[in-house]
Amino acid sequence: MIRHTKTLLAGVAAAAFMVTGALAGDLRINFDDLNPGPKKGFEDMVEMFKAENPDINVIVNINDREAHKTAIRNFLTADAPDITSWYPGNRMAPFVDAGLFEPVDDVWAENGFNEDLAAIKPTMSRDGKIWGVPYSYYQWGIYYRKDIFDLLKIEEPTTWAELMASCKVMNDNGVKPFTIGTKFLWTAAGVFDYINLRTNGYDVHNDLTAGKIKYTDPRIKQTFINWKQMIDECGFVDNHASMSWQDALAPFANGDAAMYVMGNFAVSGMKDAGLTNDQIDYFQFPEITEGLPRAEEAPADAFFIPTNAKNKEDAKKFLAFVGRADVQTKLNETIGQLPVNSKAKVGDDKFIQEGFATVSTAAGLAQFYDRDAPAAMAKAGMEGFQKFMLDPSTLDEVLAELDRVQEEVYK
Amino acid sequence: MPASEFQATQQTSWMSRNKLAITPWVFLIPALIFFAIYVVIPIFQSITLSFYEWNGLYDADGNSTATWVGLENYKKLWTDPKFWVSLKNNVLWLFLFMLAVPLGLFIALFLNQTVPGMRFYKSMFFFPFVISQVVVGLIFGWFYNPDFGVVGSLWKLAFCEETTNILGNVTFKCSRTPPDILSSSEYATYGIIAAGLWPQIAYCMILYLTGLNNVAADQIEAGRLDGAKGWKMLWYVVLPQLRPATFIAVVVTVIGALRSFDMIAIMTQGGPYGSTNVLSYYMFETAISEYGERYGYGSSIATVLFIIMLFFISYFLWRMYQDEKGGR
Repeated sequence: MIRHTKTLLAGVAAAAFMVTGALAGDLRINFDDLNPGPKKGFEDMVEMFKAENPDINVIVNINDREAHKTAIRNFLTADAPDITSWYPGNRMAPFVDAGLFEPVDDVWAENGFNEDLAAIKPTMSRDGKIWGVPYSYYQWGIYYRKDIFDLLKIEEPTTWAELMASCKVMNDNGVKPFTIGTKFLWTAAGVFDYINLRTNGYDVHNDLTAGKIKYTDPRIKQTFINWKQMIDECGFVDNHASMSWQDALAPFANGDAAMYVMGNFAVSGMKDAGLTNDQIDYFQFPEITEGLPRAEEAPADAFFIPTNAKNKEDAKKFLAFVGRADVQTKLNETIGQLPVNSKAKVGDDKFIQEGFATVSTAAGLAQFYDRDAPAAMAKAGMEGFQKFMLDPSTLDEVLAELDRVQEEVYK
Repeated sequence: MPASEFQATQQTSWMSRNKLAITPWVFLIPALIFFAIYVVIPIFQSITLSFYEWNGLYDADGNSTATWVGLENYKKLWTDPKFWVSLKNNVLWLFLFMLAVPLGLFIALFLNQTVPGMRFYKSMFFFPFVISQVVVGLIFGWFYNPDFGVVGSLWKLAFCEETTNILGNVTFKCSRTPPDILSSSEYATYGIIAAGLWPQIAYCMILYLTGLNNVAADQIEAGRLDGAKGWKMLWYVVLPQLRPATFIAVVVTVIGALRSFDMIAIMTQGGPYGSTNVLSYYMFETAISEYGERYGYGSSIATVLFIIMLFFISYFLWRMYQDEKGGR
């Protein structure tokens, strides 16, 4: 009997040892992009991390972006990895509020991220703490057909008046100035954000998405009045409400439309549509209110540590690694985006370089309307933008409805 | 020994005495268990959830983050214009979807003849019902597309001329912009209902075709001898015999209209700006979709939809019960 107990105990001890032994070195990471570029960039980064930390056994789980958005709601509670990718701004708010993410202020302090990643710090913070480490972002702006601009002898406009003037030239020559596809709504939010950032500035953008300013506020109304001017004097392609952003590339590629307010990811779509680097170019969204500090739209992707992570020590090592300048340089070269670390170098792609020049000199970085505003507000807001774009005369109706939703969402 | 033997006979005799009462339950149990787990319990769970405000998250220890708000969600529904738009669209669906019943009947009457190759025609008419709703939605979405769809192409023939743009590529200049059915808040719902009718008509048609097989030939004969033909024959002799088929057709059409979801999800995602929402899709949007995560509010929408459905379903069940009583 005694002997039996002894072997049993020994067995339990051995098993326990094996379990803890395996756990200490395991680092489970959930990543959310299966597209070839980002996937390769991430995998290369993991290999680099493994080479530097041979004692850590990294287990990677890469999921589709949309599937990840659903899965994260379960796995943070039920079966948390040690690291997960997610988005800063209001998108992380529900998880932070439910106590599902671990604050990582110490990682920032120990690695000098407070200086190197300063631009993005406000959007990574909530309740006075920092919740993750960003690894990449990309610029938004106006992508245009350089060949059409050359043909019509139009220069890149830098002010609102210049933009309107160039639109007139395009319209006179039968070119629709802007293409857009608002079927999935968010593209309209990009246009709204830019007009708002240029009309009222970064603080108004933040106050609006934080629910501190009403939509019927005269400043926001001015944004819409400028937008109406853009619709009237420039104009967007017809039928934009039945097109996705990819569908909207067709008139752009065909030369029917000359400009596209978009994120940098659109460049690869344009190239897939047969356009070359000589035919497309980029300029910053022109100035509207003179002298206003220029803020840009630059949505970031980041890594977070779930509260239920089992191996937080190695997870923090990984976050420190991800924020490093050389790692971000290499990663973003592969995925074709901008490194967040200000000491990192950017790739030699012309859009990346222009983007870096745009974003690194910006006075403020907005995430995006649907990441800065809470989900319910973002949905209603973007539907309002679409309605306004289809029929600008509904403006007052749209703004009143948005005020009603705002009151309900931010109470 | 004799005692246990006695018990055994007792047992078998109890089983055999109650065999008729027990057997149905034994066969029903597995189905009942699954029905309870997947249907009945979730109904009560979502009704409970409709009194909470919840973003669907549990905290790190696995406790729900929901807070009790009482009837707050229902009060919000009352003042939510999107809810009323959805409800209005549900009513539209209900009425217009009913067209499937008479249309199905007429196609069935038309196909109920003996012509060589009739089976082929019948199966062609039945075809849309076999395709998944998602595919039907996708096809109609393309069909309505103002740029490359059938609607757009016909429009181009009538109102547009081919020119070249500034870069020398082929493009179209239209004297009138083509109708963008799925992006117009006025027409989009009708466009989706029309797409939904296509398979639904096929469904009603097949119900009527089987019903027509059972129409008594002697009664038709008798009617004909009495001088009935055409509409009168249909109305007084054929239709009364098709009553069971009509009943089922109405039931499946009502339920089909109320749970219209896949078409909307595929064709417009409730858009433009929420004007094609119906309750089921609005529920999905508020509770489960990317911009939703308001499970309590979504549940209150689901509860309203459930009550509406309950109204119809209890009526149908009551009718069926009455018929069965009459039949005995």
